[in-house]
Amino acid sequence: MKTPLSRRHFLKGCASGAGLFLAFRIAPSCFECSAVQDILNGTPERFQPNIWLSVTPDDLVTIRVSKCDIGQGVYTSLPMIVADELGAAWDHVRYELAPVADEYRDPVWGEQVTAGSASISHLYEPLRKAGAAAREMLAEAAAGMFHVPRDRLVAGNSALRCVDSGLSLSYGKLCARAAKLPLPSDPPLKRRDQFTFIGKDLPRLDIVEKVNGSAVYGMDVRIPGMLHAAVDRPPVYGGRVLGCDMEAALRVPGVEKVGVIDSGLAVCAASLAAAWEGRNALRTRWSTGKYPWWDTDSAARTMQEHLDRQGVNKISRGDVEGAMKKASVRLRADYVLPYLAHCPMEPPNCTVHLTGDRCRIWASCQNQTAMMDTAVEETGLRPHQIDIHILFSGGSFGRRYEVDFVREAIQTARVCKKPVRLMWTREEDIKNDFYRPGNAARIEAGLDSRGRLLAWRHKVAAPSVYRRIATSLLSDGIDPAAVEAIHNSVYDFPAVIVDYVEVKAPPPVGFWRSVGNSHNAFTIETFMDELAGAAGRDPIDFRMDLLDREPRARRVLELVAARAGWGKKNTKGRYLGAALHLSVYSYVAKVAEVSVNRSDGTIRVHRIVCAVDCGQVVNRDIVRAQMEGGIIYGLSAALKEEVRFAAGGVVSENFNDYEPLRIHEAPDIEVIIVDSREKPTGVGEIGVPSAAPAVANAVSAACGVRIRRLPMTPDRMVRLLSRRVG
Amino acid sequence: MIRLEVNGKNCRLDVPHDMPLLWVLRESLGLTGTKYGCGTGMCGSCTVIVSGEAVRSCQVSAGDVRGKVITTIEGLDINHPVKQAWISQRVPECGYCQPGQIMQAVELLTRNPHPSDRQIDEAMGGNLCRCGTYKRIRRAIMEASGNVENMP
Ligand code: FES
Ligand code: FES
Repeated sequence: MKTPLSRRHFLKGCASGAGLFLAFRIAPSCFECSAVQDILNGTPERFQPNIWLSVTPDDLVTIRVSKCDIGQGVYTSLPMIVADELGAAWDHVRYELAPVADEYRDPVWGEQVTAGSASISHLYEPLRKAGAAAREMLAEAAAGMFHVPRDRLVAGNSALRCVDSGLSLSYGKLCARAAKLPLPSDPPLKRRDQFTFIGKDLPRLDIVEKVNGSAVYGMDVRIPGMLHAAVDRPPVYGGRVLGCDMEAALRVPGVEKVGVIDSGLAVCAASLAAAWEGRNALRTRWSTGKYPWWDTDSAARTMQEHLDRQGVNKISRGDVEGAMKKASVRLRADYVLPYLAHCPMEPPNCTVHLTGDRCRIWASCQNQTAMMDTAVEETGLRPHQIDIHILFSGGSFGRRYEVDFVREAIQTARVCKKPVRLMWTREEDIKNDFYRPGNAARIEAGLDSRGRLLAWRHKVAAPSVYRRIATSLLSDGIDPAAVEAIHNSVYDFPAVIVDYVEVKAPPPVGFWRSVGNSHNAFTIETFMDELAGAAGRDPIDFRMDLLDREPRARRVLELVAARAGWGKKNTKGRYLGAALHLSVYSYVAKVAEVSVNRSDGTIRVHRIVCAVDCGQVVNRDIVRAQMEGGIIYGLSAALKEEVRFAAGGVVSENFNDYEPLRIHEAPDIEVIIVDSREKPTGVGEIGVPSAAPAVANAVSAACGVRIRRLPMTPDRMVRLLSRRVG
Repeated sequence: MIRLEVNGKNCRLDVPHDMPLLWVLRESLGLTGTKYGCGTGMCGSCTVIVSGEAVRSCQVSAGDVRGKVITTIEGLDINHPVKQAWISQRVPECGYCQPGQIMQAVELLTRNPHPSDRQIDEAMGGNLCRCGTYKRIRRAIMEASGNVENMP
C-alpha cells in the first residue's frame, strides 16, 4: 500500500536536497509552476505544496495521482502523461496517491473527485505542462554541466544526451542541480509525433498487486484495536424504530456498544460475526414507513403517469407542431425503464479512528472532497486534523461518489470511542443504494413522404439526480441528467422539442455509470430504428442523414458497420442491431449480433463490435478495457437488472435476485479505436449507453417486436412474443 | 482449536467451528487477498482451493475444513502460469474479483489442462466480475492452458 507522504514529511525531504521536486498549482483556468525552494521560502498560504512529480538521485520518478482508482486505470494513464513530457524511462516511474488537499481539486470542477469520465480530459494539459517544465529544468541543469546550449541536448529515457559529444547524464544525477533553477513559465510541449508513451499500450502499474492478492482495498484495512460495526437500517423508506432489544444485543459475546446514528442502530463488536449477531439480536421493529404503496409496479406506473403531465421545456427549435401536422407518417412510443443498483464487487465500507484532535479515515472512494467535508462536518475538526487514506476500490460506477458510508463510520466511531471498521454486506449494498433512477419517456416523430425525419418531440419523466447532489445545476427545475444527449443530441433534428417532468419518488437516486445517457441512448436509438423501419430505410443510412455536421459520428458508424458485416448475409438465426451515442464528448457506435430463442424468450448476444472516438488516446489498452467493461455493464442492465420494491422498500437482496451478467452470457467484444487528433475526451462511462439499444434493435430485427421496457428478461420476451402472435 | 494447513503453513486457530472459512482467512489469518462479495456462494470472490477443489470460502466453515490443505491467492507463486497469464492478458480492472477468478481457473486447468470455450464458461460461470473482464479471463485461461500440470 502506498501511503501519501504528509506535507511536512515531503518538505523535509526537499530541504535535505534529495532531488528535484516540482510543484504546480492549478487554478480553475490557469496553470502556474512553483519550484520547491519557493515553497520552502514562501508563505504556506501561497504555496500549499501540490506536488505532481519528484525525481530522486536514484533515478526514480514518482508521480502523484489526484484521482482514485476504481478500476479505470488512472494510476497508469495519468502518470503516462507526465512521464511522456518529462522524458522518463517507464521502468523508473512509480505512482503515489496525492493527499486530499485543495491543490488537487479537479481544475474544472473545483473538487477532488473522480467522476464524469473526466480524469484525463481535465488533467491532460496541466500534467503535460508539469512534465515539460521538469524536463526543461533538467535540461538547463545538463546544459550547465556540459557547457553546451540547451538545443544541443535531447531528453529521453530519464537522461539528457548531448547530440555532439554523445555524453549523457541521468535525471537522478541532474536533479539536485535542476532543483536550484528557476521554473520555466511556458515550457514547450511535445508534438504528437514525439510522444513516447501517450497512445501506447503500456501495462498498468497496478496489475501485479491486483493479481497476487496484495492490493489493499478499503475492506482490507486493519488497524490495531479496531472494532467491527454493523448498522441496522430501516427496511422501508421513512421507517422509524418502534422498538428494539439493546440488552439482547449487548449480551452477545463480543458486542461492546450499541448506539443510535443517523441512518439506524450501530452495533460495535470485537469481531464481524459478533457485530452481525448483535444486529440480529436487536430484533428491531420498524414502522411501516412513509410510502407503503411504493412497489415495482407502482414505480413504473408513477413514471408512466407523469408523461401525461405538463413538462418544463428544455428546448424548442423549429416548428414541431407544423411539421407533425404535415408529416405523412407519425410515430409515437412510450418507454419505461427501471431503477438500477451499482453493485460494485466490493460493498461500501469505511474505517475510522477518531481521537480528540484527529480523525483518520480509510476508505475506497471516488470523492475525496466529499469525504473531507463530511469529516469536518461530523467531527468539528479542521481539515489539517483529518487524514484521509484512499484505498483501491473494488469497483464503484458512481456508488462511491456518495459518502453515506463514511458518515456512518464516523458516527459509529463516536458511538464506540474506538477505531472501527464498518462493513456493509451485499444485501445492505443493494438495499441502500443511490439508484440509477427509473424513468419514462415519450417520443413522437414525423416523417415526410420520402421517409425523411421532419420533427422530434421528446418528453422525459424521471426523478432528479441533481436535486439532491447539486440543486444549483437545476435550471428552471430541469434535471440536466434527465435530458442529456437529447436536447444536445448528436443528430441534427430539423425541429425538436424536449420537455422534462420531475417525478418525486421515495428511492434516493444518484450517478450511475453514464447517468442520464443510460436512459436516453436507449430510447433515442431504439426509436431511430422504429423510424427507419417506418421509412423503409436501412437504420444506419437513416441515421447518416441526420449526421451531416458530425463527421466523427459518421466515422464510428461506418467503422462498426464494415467490421460487423452490416448489410451482408447474416449467419442463420442471428440478427444485427446498431446504435450510436455521443457522451462526455466521445463518439461510440456499436453493432450487436444476437439470436432469440422464441420458445423460452432467452436472448443470446454473440458479439458486439464497437468503435470509439475519444480524441487523443493515452493508453490504448485501457480504453479497450473500459469499452469492454462498459459494454458488459450496459448489457447486464439491458438483459437482467431491475431493482424490485415492495411495501415502500427495496426487496432485491443479493446476486440471487439482482444478478449481474456472468461469463457464459458475455459476448465476444471487438473494439476499434479511432486514431484521433482531437483533444482527449471521456472513456470510463461511454461503453455503457449504446449497448442496450444495439441489442434491442437486433432483437427487433430478429422477431419484429419493439422493446419499450427493460430489462429484456426471458419472461418479458415470452410475453412480448406471445402478444405478437396472439 | 482447529488445525488447518494454509499455504503450506500449519495453523492452530481458536475460532468458532461454524465461522466461515472466508472470515477465518481474512480476519484471523490476515489473508485479505480472498474477498467478500456476497456471502451466499453466488459471486465466487471468496474462492480458495481446499484439498485440490475450488470452494466458496464463505460457504464452508472452519470446522468443515479441519485438517485440510488450503491454498489462497497468497499461496500461489507470482510465477504460477495462471498469474502470469493474468498479467500478460492484463485482466484486472478494479481487481477485486480476480483472486477468486484466478483460484477458480487454477482448479479448472488442473482438472482439465485444455478446456474448450464452453468448458471455461461452465467452470467460471459462478465467478462474477462487475467490471466485465470476462473476455480477458477467457483469453488468460487459454494462454495458461497446458502450462499448469507442472506447477505445484
Ligand atoms: S463471497 Fe463467497 S461466493 Fe460471494
Ligand atoms: S475486475 Fe473489478 S470486479 Fe472483476
